[in-house]
Amino acid sequence: MKVTELRTPLGEEILSLRAGDRVTLSGTVYTARDEAHLRMQEGGIPFDPRGAVVYHCGPVVAGDRIVAAGPTTSARMDALTGFLLDAGVRGIIGKGGMGKGVVELLRGRAVYLAFTGGCAALAASRMRLQGVYFPELGMAEAVWAIELDRLPLVVGIDAHGNDLFGRVWDEAKAQCRGRFHSSSGITP
Amino acid sequence: MHRADDPALLAALAEATAGALAEAEVRLPGDVEQAIRAAHGRERNPVAKGELGNILENIALAGKGRTLLCQDTGIPVIYLTIPPDIPYTRALEEAVARGVRLATERIPLRPNAVDPCTRKNTGDNTGPGIPPVHVQPGDRLTVTVLPKGAGSENVSRVGMLLPTRTAGVEQFVVETVALAGGRPCPPVILGVGIGSTFDGVAALAKEALLLPVDAMDPFEQRLCGAVNSLGIGPMGLGGDTTALAVKVKRAACHTASLPVAVNVQCWAARRATRIVEGWK
Repeated sequence: MKVTELRTPLGEEILSLRAGDRVTLSGTVYTARDEAHLRMQEGGIPFDPRGAVVYHCGPVVAGDRIVAAGPTTSARMDALTGFLLDAGVRGIIGKGGMGKGVVELLRGRAVYLAFTGGCAALAASRMRLQGVYFPELGMAEAVWAIELDRLPLVVGIDAHGNDLFGRVWDEAKAQCRGRFHSSSGITP
Repeated sequence: MHRADDPALLAALAEATAGALAEAEVRLPGDVEQAIRAAHGRERNPVAKGELGNILENIALAGKGRTLLCQDTGIPVIYLTIPPDIPYTRALEEAVARGVRLATERIPLRPNAVDPCTRKNTGDNTGPGIPPVHVQPGDRLTVTVLPKGAGSENVSRVGMLLPTRTAGVEQFVVETVALAGGRPCPPVILGVGIGSTFDGVAALAKEALLLPVDAMDPFEQRLCGAVNSLGIGPMGLGGDTTALAVKVKRAACHTASLPVAVNVQCWAARRATRIVEGWK
C-alpha cells in the first residue's frame, strides 16, 4: 500500500489525499488539548498557523525529552476547531475522529490525520522537543512544539467530506439495529 | 498470626504494589500481546493491519526502553489475596496506597486521580476510595494491579435486563460496542458480568478482565464473533478485529432480575501480579 510522505508546513498537496490513505508526517507540529484551544481562541495563536498541524495530545515530558505522547480523543475539541482552520491550519492529528460539523469545516482546506491510540512509546520515538507555549497551563495542557520524524498516520477525514470514522461507525450501528430488531429489553 | 501493623509486612506490600505497577505499565501480559499478534496476522483490511502493526511496534519499543505503553497510565485497580495468618486491616489498604504513590513518583505515572466535583488533581494517583482495593482469601499474600484507562472505562455499561429475555445479554454486549465506536481504542477486550446485583455485576465484569485471553468458551466465542461482525476495527477505522476476546463471569441473581455489565478494556490491557515473598 502506498504511503505518502508529508512535511510541514502543509499546502495544497493535502487536497489530493483521500480518507483511508496512509501517510507519514515530518516537521513541526503543535500539541493542543481543551485548555490550549480555549486560550488560543481568546488570546490568539502563538505560532504561525499557516499550513500548521495541531496534535491533540497531552504528552509526558521529562526535562527536554518527550517520554510518552499518544493522541487524546479529538471529539472533545469539535466546537473549538473552526478558528484554527480559519487561521490557516491544514492538518489535525488525533484519535477517534471528529464530528460531522468539523467534516464540513475541513472541506477544501484541511485534513484530519489519525494516530493509533495508546501508542505513546512509538510516538515518542519519532519526536524531538522544540519548545513550549503556555507552560503555565501545566504539562498536559500546554502547547508543545515538537519536531516529527515520519510519524505514521491514516487520513481519517479528507478535504472532500469523506469521513472514514463516521462511515465505519454508522455502518456498525446500522448492522447492530438490523441484527436485533428491538431494544435490549432493559426494564422500563 | 502475624501482626497487622508489622512495618516489614507493610513495606513489603507497598514495594510489591509499586513493582507490579512498574511491570504492568511497560510490558503487556504475554497472552494479550499474542492475541494482538494473531489479529495482525489474520487482518485483511490494510488500514487495520497498519494500526495493529503500530501497536506491536509500540509494545516492542515500550518493553525495550522500559517506557510507558500508553500515556493514560490509568486508575490502578488492586486485587489482593490474603492468607489466613495475616489479618485484613486498614493498614494493609494504606500500604497499597503507599505503593501507588511510590510508583507514581518512580516510574513516573501521570497523576490521574481528581476530586469528582471540583476536578482538583490529588497529584499522586490516590484519594478517597482510590485505589479501589478488592480482597479475597488465598494461600499467599499477592497483589494484582489492573491500571484502567478512561477512554474504555467511559463507554462501559451496566444494564438491568428483563429476566425473561436472556437473549438480551448478547444484544446488550453488541450494543455496548456499537455505541462506543472507535472511542475505547479498539481492538478491545470485553469483561462481561452476568447475574449478582447492580453493584456486584460491575465487579464481576472487571474481574473478568483479569482472566487470560488465550482461551474462550463457546458462549464467549459467540459474543466475540458477534462483536467482530460490526466491522469497527482497530481505532474505529474499520477491520476484522474489534474485540480480541470476550471473558464472562457469572453469579446467581434475584429471580426478578437479570443484571448485565460490560467493562470495556482498550488494547493496552495491562495487569501484573506480585507475590509478597516471606509472608504466608
